[in-house]
Amino acid sequence: MRAQSELLAPSPDRGLDAEPGQEVIRIRDLFKTYKMGDIEVAALRGINLMIRRGEFIAVTGASGSGKSTFMNILGCLDRPTSGAYFLEGQDVSAFSADEWAHIRNSKIGFVFQGFNLLYRTSAAENVELPMMYNGLPSKERRRRALEVLGLVGLAERSHHLPNQLSGGQQQRVAIARSLVNRPSLILADEPTGNLDTKTSDEIMQLFQNLNEKEGITIVLVTHEPDIAEYAHRQIVFRDGSIISDNAKA
Amino acid sequence: MLIMAFRIALRALARNKLRSFLTMLGIIIGVGAVIAMVAIGEGAKKRVQEQIASLGTNLLVILPGTVTLGGARSGSGGRQSLIAADAKAIMNEIPVVAGASPVVRQAQQVIAGDQNWGTSIQGVAPEFQQIREWQVREGRFINQADVESTAKVALIGATVAYNLFGDNDPMGSVIRIKKIPFRIIGILGAKGQTGNGTDQDDIVMVPYTAMMKLVMGVTYIQQIIVAAVSADTTQEANAQIALLLRQRHRIRAGNDDDFNIRNLSDIAEAASNSATVMALLLGSIASVSLIVGGIGIMNIMLVSVTERTREIGIRMAVGARGRDIMLQFIVEAVVMAASGGVIGILVGIGSSNLIKYLAELPTLIRPEIIAISFLVSGTVGVFFGFYPARKASQLDPIDALRYE
Repeated sequence: MRAQSELLAPSPDRGLDAEPGQEVIRIRDLFKTYKMGDIEVAALRGINLMIRRGEFIAVTGASGSGKSTFMNILGCLDRPTSGAYFLEGQDVSAFSADEWAHIRNSKIGFVFQGFNLLYRTSAAENVELPMMYNGLPSKERRRRALEVLGLVGLAERSHHLPNQLSGGQQQRVAIARSLVNRPSLILADEPTGNLDTKTSDEIMQLFQNLNEKEGITIVLVTHEPDIAEYAHRQIVFRDGSIISDNAKA
Repeated sequence: MLIMAFRIALRALARNKLRSFLTMLGIIIGVGAVIAMVAIGEGAKKRVQEQIASLGTNLLVILPGTVTLGGARSGSGGRQSLIAADAKAIMNEIPVVAGASPVVRQAQQVIAGDQNWGTSIQGVAPEFQQIREWQVREGRFINQADVESTAKVALIGATVAYNLFGDNDPMGSVIRIKKIPFRIIGILGAKGQTGNGTDQDDIVMVPYTAMMKLVMGVTYIQQIIVAAVSADTTQEANAQIALLLRQRHRIRAGNDDDFNIRNLSDIAEAASNSATVMALLLGSIASVSLIVGGIGIMNIMLVSVTERTREIGIRMAVGARGRDIMLQFIVEAVVMAASGGVIGILVGIGSSNLIKYLAELPTLIRPEIIAISFLVSGTVGVFFGFYPARKASQLDPIDALRYE
């Protein structure tokens, strides 16, 4: 794996050195149970996991296997019932809602199946969105947005609205948005679910590119084996536990 | 951060201009109504004050009967206790009194040739002219000789002159009051309307002696109007007149007066206060529509929050905190309310000018009212936007992102 390029290197004020191979995520004895009336449902039963910088991981499993719950906790959107989640050395499972918001802003980038772009808002403004919440001045925001749009190959469409872009282009905008604050980690939830085969391949190649050339750590959920093949390591969930965790040869 | 929230809010409101405008309408109407109503009230108050000021602040009016508790107007009723000699005594025996005139009046038909006109006939003394500062446009006022000889002479006001004689000169003509002929010796200068709409020029003045003996057949008078030497001496004149009348009417110590003395500036203040109360009352009623407007904003904001659940989820996923979301929606509500307030102010000013022009009611807009209206509309925005904004900030991002 090559070192991260300038465009996406984490800012120097990060505590941890962003060396490839360093530990980014450590999950220890993670449990998540939901109460539905009188019944308790165990969505995650004791997950233990370590993810290093620069890895490209596919998370697979049937519906109800716990992979979505796992991704929500990884993305600081949900709190585990017990266990620890260390992100860059800090146990974030006990952080406050505001601290989580800060992490989602600066350390984690999301890519969703449904793209989740703001309607009637241009591509550039969509990409700028995360920067609106960390106080960057507008000129700086615009410059940076155009920079990452260039990285995903959409520099000439920065002023287009989502309804003027194809599915694949919208997903690229979403990927650019996820990269704009130089996150430690990209979490992608079925990013090709709404795309045709050809476009899916393009998007997966973009992910691969970002991972290999820029050294971005990617954790991607999918139920399609073809898509999972793009990753270097596959983690399989079943009934709330990890049943296999294999790196490709 | 605030500027950005402001821009996001404008963007969101512009996205559905019609809906935003309809929501603002409640505030626009509320603010517009308040401003117009208060302007009418203030205009009335100012006109009353002007009218009273033109009457002079050194005037006293003496009426028969006792004062009712609370100083409410008692009207010229009660016992008939005042006589013309009282007026003379007041004028002659009290140095701080400049002049006093008895007043007797009655509504009567006045006939001139084949024209007739219903008006108010007032019997007065020569001093009346100076006390009321009433100009004589043509001819002369009533004099002492007229009073002493019970002369059947009259002065007519501008309205009466016009209605009985049109463009012809009334001087020297004869008018009949209760079949008694009176010769016109003068025409009174125009005075216009009083604060409560009475036409002061719809009047005929005759010597009080003629009025009492020939027209009304009474020996008691209805009023004495008195002018003090100056505004400062009015209180002293008031006290001295009371003493004199008690003495003349042989009222024992401890008994109530059989007359009551009204100080015109007290009346002026009472009228001014009641005009203020009217303005406040009208304003309060109009404020109700401001509350309705606020509820409208809250309603639409709740709909807006629900519609934009997914958008809120996206914002939270990329790092918006609860308070960022809350600020965004409160600013939206405030921008709507404040914009409605500004438009409402313009509408209010426009309507009050229109009322002034069409209905010929006086209106007065004070800058404080405009400032208060703007602040109040902004506050309405904060208050009624708070609940929807809080709801938005408390959304769970996972659920919000899943929302269809």
